[in-house]
Amino acid sequence: MTTQVDDELWSVITDPSRRQVLDILITRGEASAWWLAGQVPFSRQAVSKHLVVLEGAGLVSRRKQGREVLFGVDADRLHHATRAMAELAAQWDRRLDTIKRLAEKTHAATRTQATTRKRKGRQS
Amino acid sequence: MAGLVIEREVLIEAPAEVVWRTITEPDQMSQWFADRVDLVVEPGAHGDMQFGDQGGPVVVETVDPPTRFSFSWNHPREVNPEAGNSMLVEFTLTPEGGERTRLRVVESGHELRDWPDAEKQRYADEHQEGWGEFLDRLGSVLAKPSR
Repeated sequence: MTTQVDDELWSVITDPSRRQVLDILITRGEASAWWLAGQVPFSRQAVSKHLVVLEGAGLVSRRKQGREVLFGVDADRLHHATRAMAELAAQWDRRLDTIKRLAEKTHAATRTQATTRKRKGRQS
Repeated sequence: MAGLVIEREVLIEAPAEVVWRTITEPDQMSQWFADRVDLVVEPGAHGDMQFGDQGGPVVVETVDPPTRFSFSWNHPREVNPEAGNSMLVEFTLTPEGGERTRLRVVESGHELRDWPDAEKQRYADEHQEGWGEFLDRLGSVLAKPSR
């Protein structure tokens, strides 16, 4: 289950062609799937599939204009995502730094004890 | 339903066994994670964590010493954690020589959809930056960091 979920999460952005679709939408503002397909080296079907995934992740939303469906980047959501993820990442950095400090302190203490024991052993 | 993951890592000047004890022993966990941790480190074990005056459940998922440790948290107390209602924290320890360990953490389960509107509004006021920059920043958070 874990692997499947992780794969799903990662593939939203780390897939290069999906990232390309998102990049174009960010620059362009709004576009139809048909127009997008003309900008990228992959098929219209692939573009549609990427749009569905991006929409599922809440990064892209669609609206109807006449007979066309236009896709656009959800600005608030993307901005908020960036900020929130950066904050959470910073929080994990702080936790990892604390783990590093604790583990290195424990290790240094163990090593000092071992050296002292060895020295004592030689003396007696 | 998709979300985002956070992936960070750090290089520690200590053997994997020492790092393992630091991340799994409740009295050590209470120094880097919650204020208080009541937990038996066994797969499937349910425990409790206290953050200030807030408490929450934690469920141990994987215990594979000294290389893999994972737990779920942030789910409602009365239900079991699963994708969509909780966050999964996965630690991986990789020895780099006898006295050095690379510790990697992956936290998954963050949803974009469910952020409250008030929070969105807070950030919506700061939209001067270009979108490319937002995406670069998002990408840099999501890309594997090297520390």
